Amino acid sequence: MTTTPTVSRATAVAARAAELTKVYGHGETQVVALDHVTVDFRQGEFTAIMGPSGSGKSTLMHCVAGLDSFSSGSVRIGETELSTLKDKQLTQLRRDKIGFIFQAFNLLPTLTALENITLPMDIAGRKADQQWVQQVIDMLGLSGRLKHRPAELSGGQQQRVAVARALASRPEIIFGDEPTGNLDSRSGAEVLGFLRNSVRELGQTVVMVTHDAVAASYADRVIFLADGRIVDEMLRPTADGVLDRMKAFDAKGRTS
Amino acid sequence: MFRTALRNVLAHKARLLMTVLAVMLGVAFVSGTLVFTDTLSQAFRNQSAKSYDDVAVAVEMYPNPEEARKTPGLSQKVVDELAKLDGVTSVAPRVDGFAGVPDRNGRLIGLGWANKGANFTPGKDGKDRAYAFTAGSGPVEDTQIALDRDTADKGGYRVGDTVRVATNGPVKEYTLSGVFTTEDGAVNAGGSLVVFDTAVAQKLYLKPSYFQNLTVSATPGTDADRLVDEVLKVVPKTATARTGTALADQQAKDIEAGMGTLNQILLGFAGIALFVGIFLISNTFTMLVAQRTKELALMRAVGASRRQITRSVLAEAGLVGLVASAVGYVLGIGLAVGLRSAMSAFEMKVPDGDLVLGTTPAVAALAVGVLITMLAAWLPGRRAAKIPPVAAMSSVHATASTKSLVVRNSLGAALTAIGVVLIFLGAGQGGDEGRMFIAGGAFLTLIGVIVLIPMLSRPVIAVIRPFFVKAFGVSGKLAGLNAVRNPRRTGATASALAIGLTLVTGLSVLGATVGTALDKVTTDQIKADYMVSMASGGSLSPEALAALEKAPGVTAVSPQQAAALEIGGDYVSASGVTPGAVEKVLKLTVVNGSLSSLGEGRIAVEEKVAAKRGLKVGDTVPVEYLDKQKGKLTVGAVYEGSEFVSPVLIDRKLIDAHEDPAEIREIFVSTEGGASAANERALSKAMGDNPAITVMDHKDIRDSFGGPINMMLNIMYGLLGMALIIAILGVVNTLAMSVFERQQEIGMLRAIGLDRRRVKRMVRLEAVVISVFGAVVGIGLGSFLGWAIGETFKNSLPGYALVLPWDRIGLFLLLAALVGVLASLWPARSAAKLNMLSAIKAE
Repeated sequence: MTTTPTVSRATAVAARAAELTKVYGHGETQVVALDHVTVDFRQGEFTAIMGPSGSGKSTLMHCVAGLDSFSSGSVRIGETELSTLKDKQLTQLRRDKIGFIFQAFNLLPTLTALENITLPMDIAGRKADQQWVQQVIDMLGLSGRLKHRPAELSGGQQQRVAVARALASRPEIIFGDEPTGNLDSRSGAEVLGFLRNSVRELGQTVVMVTHDAVAASYADRVIFLADGRIVDEMLRPTADGVLDRMKAFDAKGRTS
Repeated sequence: MFRTALRNVLAHKARLLMTVLAVMLGVAFVSGTLVFTDTLSQAFRNQSAKSYDDVAVAVEMYPNPEEARKTPGLSQKVVDELAKLDGVTSVAPRVDGFAGVPDRNGRLIGLGWANKGANFTPGKDGKDRAYAFTAGSGPVEDTQIALDRDTADKGGYRVGDTVRVATNGPVKEYTLSGVFTTEDGAVNAGGSLVVFDTAVAQKLYLKPSYFQNLTVSATPGTDADRLVDEVLKVVPKTATARTGTALADQQAKDIEAGMGTLNQILLGFAGIALFVGIFLISNTFTMLVAQRTKELALMRAVGASRRQITRSVLAEAGLVGLVASAVGYVLGIGLAVGLRSAMSAFEMKVPDGDLVLGTTPAVAALAVGVLITMLAAWLPGRRAAKIPPVAAMSSVHATASTKSLVVRNSLGAALTAIGVVLIFLGAGQGGDEGRMFIAGGAFLTLIGVIVLIPMLSRPVIAVIRPFFVKAFGVSGKLAGLNAVRNPRRTGATASALAIGLTLVTGLSVLGATVGTALDKVTTDQIKADYMVSMASGGSLSPEALAALEKAPGVTAVSPQQAAALEIGGDYVSASGVTPGAVEKVLKLTVVNGSLSSLGEGRIAVEEKVAAKRGLKVGDTVPVEYLDKQKGKLTVGAVYEGSEFVSPVLIDRKLIDAHEDPAEIREIFVSTEGGASAANERALSKAMGDNPAITVMDHKDIRDSFGGPINMMLNIMYGLLGMALIIAILGVVNTLAMSVFERQQEIGMLRAIGLDRRRVKRMVRLEAVVISVFGAVVGIGLGSFLGWAIGETFKNSLPGYALVLPWDRIGLFLLLAALVGVLASLWPARSAAKLNMLSAIKAE
C-alpha cells in the first residue's frame, strides 16, 4: 500500500473523497479502478481531472457525483456522506445538489431548450428561480433559442443549454464528463469559457473530466490520475504545461 | 441469405416473441374453428346415421288446413297396411308437440322451444327403438309418462313419482313410469322430452288414432327405393316418403348449416386477431430493421442487392410465421377440445366422437400464419432495402422520415372521406340497402382511419396530455411527449385497440339506442300490466284465456289471436281481440270511428292498410276466412299501427268459428293495483301453475325483445377481449423497443435526479397514453357507426333516439388504460433497472 499525495487547503470544501477505492471483479480478474484516492474539491474552484484512458478519471468523477457505487472509503458532498445512501436518496442528492454535463445525449429531444434547462426543477417539483434562470440564460447567450428543440440547435448551442441546465438549479457542484468531447474547437472554447465564467462570476464549483490539455487549461487546478491514483496536481495550468506533464506520464508508463 | 435470416431470428428471440404470440393466437382460432367444426360435423353425421340406422323409409305428413279437417295425419289404418308390405319388419308411428315439466321451484326445465312431447311406440318386443330405458319402462297407461334422463335428474324425479306436465292445454299430473336416454334432436338441443302413451299423445297433439310421421324398418337387403314407391301407394297424397339414408344425409346437412353461424363467429375472432396482428408484426419488423440499419447497410456495402435484403427480411418473417403457426395449430386443437367441453357446460349437447384432424385445418393454419406474417413484413422489408450502403459508415441513427406520411395521409384522408360519405348516404337511405352502404363505408373508414392514425396521434394526444401533466407532473409530461415521438409506431400500436373498440362501441351504442326505443315501445304501447305467452312460442289454450278472465284482481283481458283474412284477393293478417278490453290493455290511437264497434262485429283497420286499400269507416268488404268460408265485414274504426297487433282487429269470437285450434299468441292482462308479485302469483295460480306459460311484466317484455341484441353484444365483448390481448402484446412490443432506443436518455434523466419510481411511471404512462389514444379513436368511430346504423332503423322503430351508453364508454376507456398499465409492467421494470452509466455511454 502506497501513500498518495493528499491535496487540501483551508477554504470550504464542496466535495471530498477520502481513501476512495473501487474494485471491479474478483480474484484473478480483479481490476482496481481507484486505489485509495483522497481529494478535495473546493467551493468556487474549477477543477479538471486528467489522465490517460483507463487511469480511473471517469470512475473517480462518477463515484464522487453519486452515479456509481464504490468499494470502500468515503465521499462527501457538502456535509452528506454518500456511502450510506440508498438509491432513492442518491437520486435526490443528484437532483438537488449536483449538476451534470455529459459528452453527448445531454438533452431530451422532446423538450424545448427552456424546458430542458428547467427540467431538474420540474423533476424536483420546485419553482425555478426566474431571475437566476434568466441571468444564466443571458450569460450563455441562449435568449433567442429558448423555444427551439435540441434538433434545431448546433452542437455548441446544445452543450450551452446543458451548461445552463446544470447551473439553473444552483447546485453545490457541477460535474462535467468530457463536456467538449463532441464539439469543434471553437464551440468547445465557448462552452469552457462559460464554465469558467460561472466559477468566476457566479461562484459555482465545477469538476470536469477531460483528456484535452487545452480544455484543462481553463481550470484553476488540474489533478492527474494514473492507475487509479492521483499522481500529480497543477495550479493555474496552461495548455502547454499540462501537455508536457501528460507526455511525461506517458513516457514513464512506457519505460516502467 | 437464409442463414442470416435464421441467425437474426435467433438473435431477436425476445423481440419476436410478441409477434409469435400474435400470429399464434390468430392461427389457433383458425385451426381450432376448423378442427372443431370438422369434429362436430363428423359426430353429428355419425349420430344421424345411427338414429336412421334401421330406418328403411320415413314418412311425414303435414296436411293443409282444408285437408286437415278430413285427414289430419297418417291414420292407424295406414300404419297397419304398411306393416303388411313385403319386407317390412316394423312400423313406428309418431306424434309429437310441446310438453314441459317444472323443476322443484315450478320453473320450466330446458329451453322453451325445445321442450318436446312424443308418443311411445313399442314394437312386438314391447320396446321402442328410439328410447333406451335406464330405469323403469315405457308408458302404457294414459296416466303414465317417461322422461329423458337429464330432465328427470334436473327435476329430481324418480320412477313412481308424480310429475306435472304442461302442454298447450291445462297442466296434468302423470306417474313417471321410466327414465330413458335418446338421440332425439330436442334433447340434444338442450330441451326435454316427455313420452306419453300413444293414445294420450294423439289426443294432445293431433286426433285419436292419427300420427304425424312414421318410420318403416325392413329386413336387410330390401331395396329402400322400391319400398318408398310401395309406401307412397298406401299413404295419403300429401304425405312424403324418403329413404332413411336420404333423411340422415339431409339431417346432417341441416346440422352443418346450423353450425355455420358458430363457425362464422369463431372465424370472425380469428380474422380480428390476424388483422390486428398484422400491425403488430409490421411494427416489430420495422423496429428490427431500424435497429439493424448499420448491419443491413454493411451487407449492401459488401455487395448484397436490394432484393436480397428484402428477401432476407421476408425469410425471417416466414420463419417466424412458420414457428408461430405450428404452435398455433397445436393450440387450436386444444381450443377445439375446449370448445366442445364449453358447449356441454352451456347445456348444448354435442354427440361424442373422435377428434377429426383433417389436412385442411393444418394447411390453412400454416398458410394463414406464414402468409400473414410475410405480408406484414413486406413493407418493412422494402424499407430495409432502401437503406443506402453509406449508412454503414455514418454514426447517425436512421430516423423515420416524415415525408412519406404525406402520401399516407392523403390516401387515408381519401379513404376516410369516401367511407364517411357512404355512411351518410346509407344513414339517409335507411333500411337494408342503407345498411349495405354503411357496411361498405364502415370498412373504408376503418381502413382510412388506421392509415391516418399516425397523423391523428399528435392532436389527440395533445388533448389528453394536459391532464397527464397535471396529475403526474414531469413523468406525465415526458410520457405524453414520448408517445408522439414516433407517430407511425404509436399509431400501429393503438390500431389494435381502435379496431376492437370500434366494433364494440358501435354495437353498444346500437344496443343502448334500440334498448331505449324498445323500452319506449313497451311503456307507450302496452297499457296492460302483464303479457302472457307460451314458453314454447306456441299457442295458448282457450282454457288459459278463460281462466285469466275469471282470475281475481283482473280488470281487463284481451288475447292477441293470430288470424288471417282474405280481403280483395290476398291475405291480411288479423288479430282476434276481446272488444271492450283491447283498448284497456293496449294503447291504440284511433284515427276515425270507434273501437267499441268491434263489439258489433265490425273490424278495425290500420291506417296504412286502410289507405292502401282505400278503406274507410262504414265500408263493407267481402272477406274469406282461412276455412274458405266467405263473409262480409264492415270497417268500424281506423287506427294507427302498433307493434303488438296485426293490421286488422276483429272480435275473437268471429275468428274462433273459422280457425280451429285457435292461435292465441299473447294475452294482455291488466290487474288491480298494477304489476306486483302478488298479482303475478294470482295469474299463475289461475292458470294452474303451468310452467310452460310465462307471465311477463314490462321489464321482462323489454328483455325478451332485447335478447338477440344482448347476445350479439356478448359475442362482441368476446371480440373485445381478443383485441385487448393483442393490444397488450403490441404495447409491450412498442414499449420494450422504445425503452431500448432511449436508454441514453433514461440514463441521463436518472443522473439528473429522476428516481426509479418515476422512470417506471413515465414508461407506464406512455403505455396508457398510447392505449387511451387507440380507445378514443375506436370509441369515436364506433359511436359514429352506431349512430349511422341506428338511423337506418329509424322508420321501423317508433320512439327511436340516439343513446350513448356513457357508463360502457367510460368502462372501455378504463379497460384501455388498464391494458396500458399491464403491458408496461415489464418494459417499465427494465427501464428502471437500467444501469445509468452504461446507458449514458451506450452508442
